Amino acid sequence: MVELALPKNSRVQKGRHHPAPAGAQKVRTFKVYRYDPEGAENPRWDTYDVDIEACGPMVLDALIYIKNTMDPTLAFRRSCREGVCGSCAMNIGGRNTLACTHGWDEVPGQTCTISPLPHMPVIKDLVPDMTLFYAQYASIEPWLHTKTPEPQGEWLQTPADREKLDGLYECILCACCSTSCPSYWWNGDKYLGPAALLHAYRWLIDSRDEATGERLDDLEDPFKLYRCHTIMNCAQVCPKGLNPAKAIAEVKKMLVDRVV
Amino acid sequence: MAVYEFIDHKFDVVVVGAGGSGLRAALGCAQAGLRTACVSKVFPTRSHTVAAQGGISASLGNMSQDDWRWHMYDTVKGSDWLGDQDAIEYLCRNAPAAVYELEHWGVPFSRTEDGKIYQRAFGGMTSNYGEAPIQRTCAAADRTGHAMLHTMYGQSLANNTEFFIEYFALDLIMEDGVCRGVTAWKLDDGTLHRFQAQMVILATGGYGRAYFSCTSAHTCTGDGNAMVLRAGLPLQDMEFVQFHPTGIYGAGCLITEGARGEGGYLTNSEGERFMERYAPSVKDLAPRDMVSRAMTIEIREGRGAGPGKDHIFLHLDHLDPKVLAARLPGISESARVFSGVDVTKAPIPVLPTVHYNMGGIPTNFYSEVVTRDGDNPDSVIPGLMAVGEAACVSVHGANRLGSNSLIDLVVFGRSAALRAADILTPGAKQPDLKPAQTEAHLARFDRLRNAKGGTPTAQLRLDMQKAMQEDAAVFRTGESLASGVARLDKIHGQRSDIQVTDRGLIWNTDLVETLEFDNLIGQAAVTVNGALHRTESRGAHAREDYPDRDDENWMKHTLTWFDDTTGKVRMDDRPVHAYTLSNDVAYIPPKARVY
Repeated sequence: MVELALPKNSRVQKGRHHPAPAGAQKVRTFKVYRYDPEGAENPRWDTYDVDIEACGPMVLDALIYIKNTMDPTLAFRRSCREGVCGSCAMNIGGRNTLACTHGWDEVPGQTCTISPLPHMPVIKDLVPDMTLFYAQYASIEPWLHTKTPEPQGEWLQTPADREKLDGLYECILCACCSTSCPSYWWNGDKYLGPAALLHAYRWLIDSRDEATGERLDDLEDPFKLYRCHTIMNCAQVCPKGLNPAKAIAEVKKMLVDRVV
Repeated sequence: MAVYEFIDHKFDVVVVGAGGSGLRAALGCAQAGLRTACVSKVFPTRSHTVAAQGGISASLGNMSQDDWRWHMYDTVKGSDWLGDQDAIEYLCRNAPAAVYELEHWGVPFSRTEDGKIYQRAFGGMTSNYGEAPIQRTCAAADRTGHAMLHTMYGQSLANNTEFFIEYFALDLIMEDGVCRGVTAWKLDDGTLHRFQAQMVILATGGYGRAYFSCTSAHTCTGDGNAMVLRAGLPLQDMEFVQFHPTGIYGAGCLITEGARGEGGYLTNSEGERFMERYAPSVKDLAPRDMVSRAMTIEIREGRGAGPGKDHIFLHLDHLDPKVLAARLPGISESARVFSGVDVTKAPIPVLPTVHYNMGGIPTNFYSEVVTRDGDNPDSVIPGLMAVGEAACVSVHGANRLGSNSLIDLVVFGRSAALRAADILTPGAKQPDLKPAQTEAHLARFDRLRNAKGGTPTAQLRLDMQKAMQEDAAVFRTGESLASGVARLDKIHGQRSDIQVTDRGLIWNTDLVETLEFDNLIGQAAVTVNGALHRTESRGAHAREDYPDRDDENWMKHTLTWFDDTTGKVRMDDRPVHAYTLSNDVAYIPPKARVY
């Protein structure tokens, strides 16, 4: 049997331990992936004993507590802290989610393990390189294509047609879905991944859009779309409760419908 | 000092910030054939516009008859007559076209039965010059900002805007009072960049994070405002800080005013709908400053809800769950996540929370940055524009109406682009930059990067936030503000002892937060100084020792300059524009502001 291992310089080593401040009553351990691109060391797991009575309820609160009071060198993205900007996506307790809306008490076990989104190049600590993910999003041309001359006022759209966009337009591009998808791990360079495909469907199904044929032509490709094997991790992890797998299935149906 | 080398870029226009106004400005400049860069410290769809919920105001008249003059009247009254009426006219008459443009780009607005854009009621928006509440706020459920920002980013991609993402802007390159560009630090490889341009457009948002509790994102640190202060230019009306009535108690996350627009209401511990006492005609749909004051008074007088009697209840539990699911799904989720409340069954505990900065970089309605130069209060700074929350046009005056900020973003983002197209020649020759112009930028960057003091940035930031929260709150007094001035002056002095631990250049967020704190402290200082200076109550600035509006002495914009070395604040003023843009509407003279 083939044994696979990380290259030597990627193996994650045991890191530093940061004890809780004296007098802390309730302590929870956070095990955090660290990588310093400017040092010569391998990545490592640092552990932080956080005084959870001094810290807010979310994993992001714990990370901010660590950064403010224990270790200012820890790097992670964050912005809105209310689940709408998509900055703080990371792997928490083995599951991709947003640190800002995920409570640390929801993570089973004594230790809460936090690592960057899986299978992405890591820039530093919990900050992955999202370049490819964004390029894939751009490739589906996420804007309205129309050919009919624009009306003076709005394009009319019935409430029923508008409702078709629900469950799609709410995507925050956090990449939790794509980076949880084994197909995307193996073929991320060619398979667009659940997030980009969900957006592709969002424009395909928009009653105002007039480029359905061109959009479908672009997706009719053994890799871009058909690497989805309905593993469904995307729908499992989406922090906004969306179902990219269903959107992908709908795109596949549209492709079938137009030939039969 | 370490040796830093710049990587140089030359553009016609550089936009700093990629929220709603930055994207609209960048898009317009690119469409006009100007070579345009958009520099942002976060990926565009992570800008704080994404968090705007309730909607964007425009007198489309989809729900009932409407008129942009009514919208203008409401905005002037909402501003407590501190808004410039030429700019307000520009905003309101261009609003409908701006919303249709967004719709044509693909914004998934909610719809009426006949397929038009759905509009909801919002605070201070009325029909026929104050007669009764009107539905003027165009909504995409309660995710309007999200829908707009994502659509505008898509549209920027369609127009090949050049983005420089996760670049932290450092300072403006100034030469003899002219802006020549901006410097920035690229986070993912640690390099420093010099963006030269004929025009720099600052779209850097507000500075809510100067306060301890705010609805603003962590990234709302007013970096552009601070760059302007360091360039020796003034900020305007910084004492006007909007508290949103309904931030979630504890977490501070926003619950849209649209919740009340859809029929929600506030109660105190006695279950009383107290807004009926404070604003008999519009009740819970009074402007934000009034509702926040009413809530604060209720709590102060012992009628706060909860065990600590320290918050207010927002009721949505009487609304049809179908309406909640269709119109308010986002805040239903926020209430569940951040206060454990099922909105169909229980009220949401809320508290007035810092939300928006009416003040900012003074501009005219072309979005050009202006300052007072001797007798000229409208002297234009060549090469520099500002848009969005960073700017003070001033359309919001002393108090912004809900849903007027999203429209401000696109109307003035567009006006900036139109003006740039008008006054710039694509590809025009630009003078060579000189190292002396950026020496101070590098010195500051290097000093903070290597700061070896004893007080971590997080500690100083917390001290600043607590001082602002306590001393420049919904109600202010000369005493509290004098205390604020002294506390912030002390914290400013403690910067010499600041401690940065990470010495790296790649994604060094310890340094990012330190640069942001350094940006915030100056803005905090001019805020409390401006507030202490203004001895009247107007809009969001409520002085208990001067409870009345004083048009005779204070119908003017405050200008504040900040000396970063000494921490001293210098003040002057500009007149409020008491004229409109056209003869289509008459100047609205001040009168008592009652609802």
